[in-house]
Amino acid sequence: MDSITNKRIKQVLKGDQHAYSEIVSLYQQKVYQICYRMLNNQHEAEDIAQEAFIRAYTNLHTFDLNRKFSTWLFRIATNLCIDRIRKKKPDYYLDAEVAGTDGLDMYSQISSPDRLPEEEVEGMELQERIQYEISCLSEKYRTVIILKYIEELSLQEISEILNIPLGTVKTRIHRGREALRKQLSNL
Amino acid sequence: MNTCPKEIVQYMHEYLDGDIASEHEQELQKHLYNCSDCRKHMQELENTIAFVKGAIAIATPPRFVDQVMQRLPRRKMKYGFQRFIRRHPIAIAAALFCIFMSASFLSGYKNDQQFSYTKQPNLQVEGQTVIVPEGETIKGDLLVKNGDILVKGAVDGDITVINGKYMASSANVTGQIEEIDEMFEWLWYKIKNSAKKAWSIIDNNE
Ligand SMILES: [Zn+2]
Repeated sequence: MDSITNKRIKQVLKGDQHAYSEIVSLYQQKVYQICYRMLNNQHEAEDIAQEAFIRAYTNLHTFDLNRKFSTWLFRIATNLCIDRIRKKKPDYYLDAEVAGTDGLDMYSQISSPDRLPEEEVEGMELQERIQYEISCLSEKYRTVIILKYIEELSLQEISEILNIPLGTVKTRIHRGREALRKQLSNL
Repeated sequence: MNTCPKEIVQYMHEYLDGDIASEHEQELQKHLYNCSDCRKHMQELENTIAFVKGAIAIATPPRFVDQVMQRLPRRKMKYGFQRFIRRHPIAIAAALFCIFMSASFLSGYKNDQQFSYTKQPNLQVEGQTVIVPEGETIKGDLLVKNGDILVKGAVDGDITVINGKYMASSANVTGQIEEIDEMFEWLWYKIKNSAKKAWSIIDNNE
């Protein structure tokens, strides 16, 4: 996949815009999936996923062909999703994370304060429930959990995508798992 | 669980990440053997992972690729034209000479200073701006000279703007979009459309 991608990238850089459609075909599912899991909304996910491919296209000349294209592309996509989420979310949500940076007992405050009523959550289909529980995570933990368990990327790749140290990725995954555990055991 | 060593939960996560030192692992095993609370905690974490991993792949919406390709920024005409001149200096000089000498070109250029546009039903015109109204789909190509075009609806065809701007709120255009602002580019447009065949012969002879 990487060698086909690099071939197409070179064609695009030479002015063959059409070659880009193959790149979009190759990566559309993963990019859209990240956006959908992050944003929990089909229309927003579609819009942001398209935007990610457009950004990648306009910045393609800055991409280093010795690196992995998916890492670079996923970084653009996750950044756009995080921007979108931050624009929407109220301030107290951000503050909760600062308060909970230490210790393992602050998770309940880190996850979204307004969960749906217990009965409604219990009535959900499995897939709906998975999507819902992921969406209840704060954006920091949601991102790493999606990249790790939905996209099945290595911790090293996640660290490159999010441009944060490996240790920070681990910490976030640990806290993300604890937050999810708490959400699931509350019921 | 309050009396459990603080690092036990940390070891659980190291274990789940698949990178735990063997002495940590031994300590964890020993503790889990004796502590039902931590066993429960560990089991819940494993269930949590299995739960998230149960997510099925999300399908991309139909026409996703087409929509991305349509939203890509247009390539600059200038680039292609300059490269063309560089690659075909003699051919272009000959062509320019022929075209400049022809009376039809000169009169054609003069006549083209007027605001004009392709007549299509459903188009609105405000001053020097042609508007494709919201909710309307124009079938066929649009050519606007010495004015702007604003696309609020959709265009099923190419758009060419000579001496004007292309603006869009929906960017729902199936064909090519070209802006031609300078005389040279206008000339390029003429060459391309009137002498496509001649040029392809030159190209093939290379
Ligand atoms: Zn214990």
